[in-house]
Amino acid sequence: MTGRKDLPALNIAELQSLLRRRDVSPREVLDVLRARIEEVDGKIDAYLSLDFEAAAKEAEKANVDLPLGGVPIAVKDIINVAGQPCTCASKILLGYRAPYDATVIRKLRAAGAIPFGKTNMDEFAMGSSTENSGVKLTRNPWDLSRVPGGSSGGSTAAVAADEAFGGLGTETGGSIRQPAAVSGVVGLKPSYGRVSRFGVVAFASSLDQVGPITKTVRDSALIMNAIAGHDPNETTSLNEPVPDYTAALGKDLRGVRLGLAKEYMIEGTDPQVKSAINRAVKDLNSLGAEVLDVSLPHTDYAIAVYYILATAEASANLARFDGVRYGHRAENPKDLLDHYGRTREEGFGPEVKRRIILGTYVLSSGYYDAYYLRAQKVRELIRQDFAKAFEKVDALISPTSPVPAFKLGERTDDPLQMYLADIFTSPANLAGICGISVPCGFADEDGQRLPIGLQLLGKALDETRILQIAHAYEQSTDWHKARSPIAATLPKA
Amino acid sequence: MVKTSDLDVAYVAKLARLNLTDAETKLFQKQLGDVLKYVEKLRAVDVSDMEAAAHAVPIFNVFREDEPRDWLTAEQALSNAPRRANGLFIVTKVVE
Repeated sequence: MTGRKDLPALNIAELQSLLRRRDVSPREVLDVLRARIEEVDGKIDAYLSLDFEAAAKEAEKANVDLPLGGVPIAVKDIINVAGQPCTCASKILLGYRAPYDATVIRKLRAAGAIPFGKTNMDEFAMGSSTENSGVKLTRNPWDLSRVPGGSSGGSTAAVAADEAFGGLGTETGGSIRQPAAVSGVVGLKPSYGRVSRFGVVAFASSLDQVGPITKTVRDSALIMNAIAGHDPNETTSLNEPVPDYTAALGKDLRGVRLGLAKEYMIEGTDPQVKSAINRAVKDLNSLGAEVLDVSLPHTDYAIAVYYILATAEASANLARFDGVRYGHRAENPKDLLDHYGRTREEGFGPEVKRRIILGTYVLSSGYYDAYYLRAQKVRELIRQDFAKAFEKVDALISPTSPVPAFKLGERTDDPLQMYLADIFTSPANLAGICGISVPCGFADEDGQRLPIGLQLLGKALDETRILQIAHAYEQSTDWHKARSPIAATLPKA
Repeated sequence: MVKTSDLDVAYVAKLARLNLTDAETKLFQKQLGDVLKYVEKLRAVDVSDMEAAAHAVPIFNVFREDEPRDWLTAEQALSNAPRRANGLFIVTKVVE
């Protein structure tokens, strides 16, 4: 079966059945994937680094009967993979090589998966378009003049261009779900504490989570089965049993109650996004789900709370980049202050600098109560909004992003406009709940089809439920079968 | 009436140990001024009865026995050092 050029068009579950039937070997899969990346990544620029030699060694001894045996997985460049670069797309970490595996990588390897490459991102995950990468721009496989979303845009673009079977992303305020939506793939943000962040470079520690980026909902559940669970190396990791996330897939939606929040029906949402969501609501209703109106009264404050808390935590977390133990160091510093000041000036890009300044300001003496403490209190109100809504419903439905993919360069001069891309996603991070984005249609812009994502939000630790609903919706529609123009150049057998 | 923020980017940059060019200072002053104006909306929320939520879920101190475990070797820990010698990180001179 060598020379099967079409393999990268497969999803993880399809690839697994070929591997388990011994129709194809893990090594062949890797070689075909490598050829695919060499063919298309010059157009997409999803990857920052590749290590096929190490991956080939893994593939030679892969046990295909393990849960993800022999499946190559793309990894966002914020997650440490032993021996590979981990730059966070920042100049300050160019040349850094991870001395150890993050817990998620250790778990993926234990499940048989093979990490082979690191994907582009907004520098330190700060952004919604991947344009803040300190290395290069990544293009949206549906329209090369547009952004793939962010910050996990490298992973979503790789999956959408069929140059990855699946990948890992991270979220602080929508960085998995939003790029998944505008790249036309599935992205899951697990509940806070569900997946270990040990070995993941910290952005905002009270918000960060790792999650899967995949072609289908089933694949998302498969990766969750591998990466979820308690990690004694991380104090915020929840010591709760891990269910089989595939168990509820295929169950129908009778008796499921879905909530539609009126606060999510905001002006500024693209009319084509609105009509796709309305259609999805009807579809879910016809699948047996009951749809109820709910209220999340503090939604309008979420972005403000998010940008205070996330920048405050980032300013503290990024203090570790001091040019002493790793990363860039300024040449010939005249004293210690010059060493720090210039190392960080030379190493960080504009958005990271902006956020360090904002975060330092809101934590500084005299402003802490007015900004940081107040934001933490409003955060609690947002959390309570969700808790009340979940007394009435099993999950909430909304658009993932208010707009489809925007043009490269369109929003880079206006940070506030860029921040508003996270309006439907960041509340879930503040509340610690889980959320998923699944493809639900297309917008037509200048004759190009641009993907739209449907977001489902679930209670903390209720990933099984949103996966069940997302799967039922996905299987009743053809949206997930649509392929980006660059993926469609690959015939699907 | 929206209070104009008294953010002084140049001063905060010193606190953050982050040198900025004059152009960056000017640009950030304007851009972050806009962001701070936007977050003023939080002043409208009644938070008088609220506890501050540092995390979305209750997090407690987690303790373990203080026992040695395998971790990075000194060589691995030093492998990314910008400057090193004799198994140590070389830092910029702190005292005269």
